[in-house]
Amino acid sequence: MSKDETLGEALRRQGVTRRGFLKFCAATASMMALPPSMVPAIAAALEKARRPSVIWLSFQECTGCIESLTRSHSPTVEGLIFDAISLDYQHALQAAAGSAAEAARETAMEENYGKYILIVDGSIPLANPGYSTIAGISNLAMLEETAKGAAAVVSMGSCAAFGGIPKAKPNPTGAVSVGDIIKDKPIINVPGCPPIPVVITGVLAHFLIFGTIPELDALGRPMAYYGQSIHDRCYRRPFYDKGKFANTFDDEGAKKGWCLYKLGCKGPTTYNACATTKWNDGTSFPIEAGHPCLGCSEPDFWDGGGFYKAISTPTEDIPKAAIYAVGAGAAAGLALGALNRAKRDKAVAEHVKTTIDDLEKGD
Amino acid sequence: MSETEFLLWVRGPAFQVATIIFLLGVVVRILEILVLGRKPDLAEARGSAVAGGLRAIISRSFAERATLQRTAFTEVTGWIFHIGIFVILLLFAPHILLFEEVFGVSWPALPTTVIDATTIVTIIALLAVLIHRIANPVMRFLSRFQDYLVWLVTILPLVTGYMAFHRIGLTPTMLIAVHILSVELLMVTFPFTKLMHAFTLFMSRYYDGAIAGYKGVNS
Repeated sequence: MSKDETLGEALRRQGVTRRGFLKFCAATASMMALPPSMVPAIAAALEKARRPSVIWLSFQECTGCIESLTRSHSPTVEGLIFDAISLDYQHALQAAAGSAAEAARETAMEENYGKYILIVDGSIPLANPGYSTIAGISNLAMLEETAKGAAAVVSMGSCAAFGGIPKAKPNPTGAVSVGDIIKDKPIINVPGCPPIPVVITGVLAHFLIFGTIPELDALGRPMAYYGQSIHDRCYRRPFYDKGKFANTFDDEGAKKGWCLYKLGCKGPTTYNACATTKWNDGTSFPIEAGHPCLGCSEPDFWDGGGFYKAISTPTEDIPKAAIYAVGAGAAAGLALGALNRAKRDKAVAEHVKTTIDDLEKGD
Repeated sequence: MSETEFLLWVRGPAFQVATIIFLLGVVVRILEILVLGRKPDLAEARGSAVAGGLRAIISRSFAERATLQRTAFTEVTGWIFHIGIFVILLLFAPHILLFEEVFGVSWPALPTTVIDATTIVTIIALLAVLIHRIANPVMRFLSRFQDYLVWLVTILPLVTGYMAFHRIGLTPTMLIAVHILSVELLMVTFPFTKLMHAFTLFMSRYYDGAIAGYKGVNS
């Protein structure tokens, strides 16, 4: 596939029909919350789009992000869009290894300087550069070098976006997110553990169509996908509103598909598109499978006080504290009461008179 | 401190400290009153002090006709926001979950739409109460800083709770954290302000009623 081939040409060459292509454009438009009138414009823009060079750096990660993207989408038109970008460096997927692989990255950077998209998955260790290296280059050095010529940076997955599991307490590697290091480039955070495949193709499609980065929320996530909470779009929400909950994973409520809030569901504090786009080509999402949302697209989700503890409940031992408090209060109350009694008895004995000033309490 | 860490602090150490201050303060203040005791009544009993005391606890909740006519606004708004607060506190599912976690007992929740409506009504009632306090010259004269403080710490959990439920203004993590923090503020202020009336009102009513009951008269 030549680099100068347009996306339209590439898709036709791979046997994608006009109808299939337009269907994808319509789906993309609705996903990005654009009006239907935008579909022809999207189609025209994608048709003419040149395959942008993409460099994908993997740091402290588990390869789950790339697994998620490739496996579930290779047979779909989104997968072809993915083929239709020029993925010039991705060490899990590329055939080249060693210095040849690094040469591919350097060539792509040189040829497309200022224009390529940099995708990063995994966090960057700052405690000791030796914790994670590629071809002897530390993650920090490689990120800084590669980000310099990038048009935009996509932080793929929660590790790159927020530090993720490597950053979980006690954070032995001193892991940080891409945004903690790169300050002078537009960064799109696509968190999730892993992120939803269609979200990354959507972000790339937006970039191809408009040549800009999509509208982002306060955490740098595309509003089109992270604009609504899991809770608000959850099909089990009516049960929450009715106060019907599963108390355990195998009780009557669980079998009837009631709300998983009591089992620790983080849907109310989690913004992601799981409840709408779903997983495995729209099959289902974790809550549909009977498991509470872990909140994986939110910062520090790993340290949120327990996956199976409801977000409104205390994390410390309150009954124990309460017993001590009541005990100490009783002791102090009796002592103070005795003091007051003595004071009163003394006042009675000495015929102390109460005046209006004693009653006036200025506060 | 990240938002998640803030929420964890609010749910953890902060809630623990607030619980300790609340319980310790309440127990101290109640015992201080009880230990002081009463002068023994040497007169012969003409009725039951206990029955009179218990009767007064109930009967004082309802104003007499004349009082009701004179202070209808205070009565109605007062009843509304007190009932509202108890309904929201005790019958909203996430709150019940908190009680279950601490006390080990659970009960059915009301639908969120009912809680939502109750919250709006309660907030309106509390606003009306404040306006009345400021607009009425006598009320304004009698009001001190503490009265406004108590009003503020009472309405804050309602407003932040409403915002958290509808996700207005901040991130949901922050909204829940701020809501819990506002309740902790209420708990910490509670023993040292007029909010203590939630406990002492029963004691003072019983005290009045018992005196009358012992004498065999209606209080």
